[in-house]
Amino acid sequence: MADATFLDSTELVLNMGPQHPSTHGVLRVILKLDGEKVLGADCVIGYLHRGVEKIGENRTYQMFAPYVDRMDYVASVSNGLGYCLAVEKLLNVEAPPRAQAVRVILTELNRIASHLLWLGTHALDIGAMTPVFYCLREREYALNIFEKYCGARLTTHAFRIGGLQYETYDGFEEDCRAFCDMFLPRVDEYEELLTGNRIWIDRLRNVGILNIEDCKAFGVTGPVLRAAGAKWDLRKAQPYSGYEQYDFEIPIGENGDTYDRYLVRMEEMRQACRIIRQAVDKLPSGPIMGKVPKVMKPPVGEAYVSIEAPKGELGYFIVSDGSTQPYRLRVRPPSFVNLQALDRMCRGGLVADVVAIIGTLDIVLGEIDR
Amino acid sequence: MIKGMGKLLRSIFLVDLLQGMWVTFRTQHPKNIVTEQYPAERPKVAERYRGAPRLNINPENGETLCISCNLCALACPENLIVVTSERNEQTRRKELITFTYDTSRCMFCGLCEDACPVDALELTQDFELASYSREGAIWDRQMLEEGPRPTKYLA
Repeated sequence: MADATFLDSTELVLNMGPQHPSTHGVLRVILKLDGEKVLGADCVIGYLHRGVEKIGENRTYQMFAPYVDRMDYVASVSNGLGYCLAVEKLLNVEAPPRAQAVRVILTELNRIASHLLWLGTHALDIGAMTPVFYCLREREYALNIFEKYCGARLTTHAFRIGGLQYETYDGFEEDCRAFCDMFLPRVDEYEELLTGNRIWIDRLRNVGILNIEDCKAFGVTGPVLRAAGAKWDLRKAQPYSGYEQYDFEIPIGENGDTYDRYLVRMEEMRQACRIIRQAVDKLPSGPIMGKVPKVMKPPVGEAYVSIEAPKGELGYFIVSDGSTQPYRLRVRPPSFVNLQALDRMCRGGLVADVVAIIGTLDIVLGEIDR
Repeated sequence: MIKGMGKLLRSIFLVDLLQGMWVTFRTQHPKNIVTEQYPAERPKVAERYRGAPRLNINPENGETLCISCNLCALACPENLIVVTSERNEQTRRKELITFTYDTSRCMFCGLCEDACPVDALELTQDFELASYSREGAIWDRQMLEEGPRPTKYLA
């Protein structure tokens, strides 16, 4: 056809976001559609860019710690842990055993809180209204423990380089035990609502399959990788902060579809409870702050530390030039890397599946754009 | 067959509906109500809550505890604290003149209160910091000592 216009084409380009409610923030996805079928998906990111890495180059090591909470604001404790471990590696110090145990407890509580928010919003995207209320109710208990411990619910700034600033409050152990006792039956309750639900299975099973080779090629980590069948968890593979003392399983899936990722995260919440219980039971006594200088001047060098954040491998790469400020600070955010697989997962699916796939990736735009 | 009968009986006697109603009924118990009726009911925040900043004064003579050492201003990642002081020629001590704290830029990380050697600067349990203007978010010494005065709502 000589005078073909875009109207003759069967291909339609559709903008999803950045104000779309199911893109979890300010993500813009440019979808290429053939009717309902997705031919391709391009992500446009950067709407929430604040230049956190550059800010890091202009702050001293202690001053930058509150900023990392603002990247993955759903799992701010994990962010803080990764940053503190990276600077501790540069300084060649280690947090005392009690500090490590408290860090593990709070990080696992944060993993539960993060997964709960994911489950609630993911179910809401699919169309299940009830779970979000239940999930946010339970998440509140975890946030209350954070508030009592360090004074903030979301952007906690719970850990300091070299250990902890705050000693645990009276009744910390009881609160954590009560949380686990309360929470485990509630996970069964969520599963009762969703796992066998016909609509839930129809919307999730065989949607957004990402097999293990694709996961490795994209560098995808976390529950998405484990749902594809890889038994890879940094807490087991390269234990940090005393994770080798705790007994827990790595849940894995088979097909790598959205339903498997859901099951993996549900099981992870149970395992997190198990870790919290063990850590509370053998919480050692002793100092909470290691020997760190007041003015931190790490020796010239570089350090990369990665931890298993709720969303995947969260890495911090810091280059020190011997001054009080990092020469370069680079964050490897799990959401950013996992999002790159979106195109592969969406291709061939339906528009409605894109919503489910974005939900199952568990992305936080604060972390992607930094 | 038996299974089919069970299903039929369940639907005749509205078992599923009653189960659902029971869940609704159960959560009416005051113990299970989690919604907070703010502002009629004020939430009880934790003891360590990092909220509105306060500059403590000595309750006996009303003098400020601040020794104008400027450590909070140096510790602040956002550089939002400005302290000016003057040396008293008779006592040879630094005396605080102004203390400005910009709450609009504050992220309540608590580094300033950690840095304070005399516990003069403190983040308190007040959490109502809204103001009608940007200037209202910049607190001077008087505001820091007296604390914010949020509107009181009658229940």
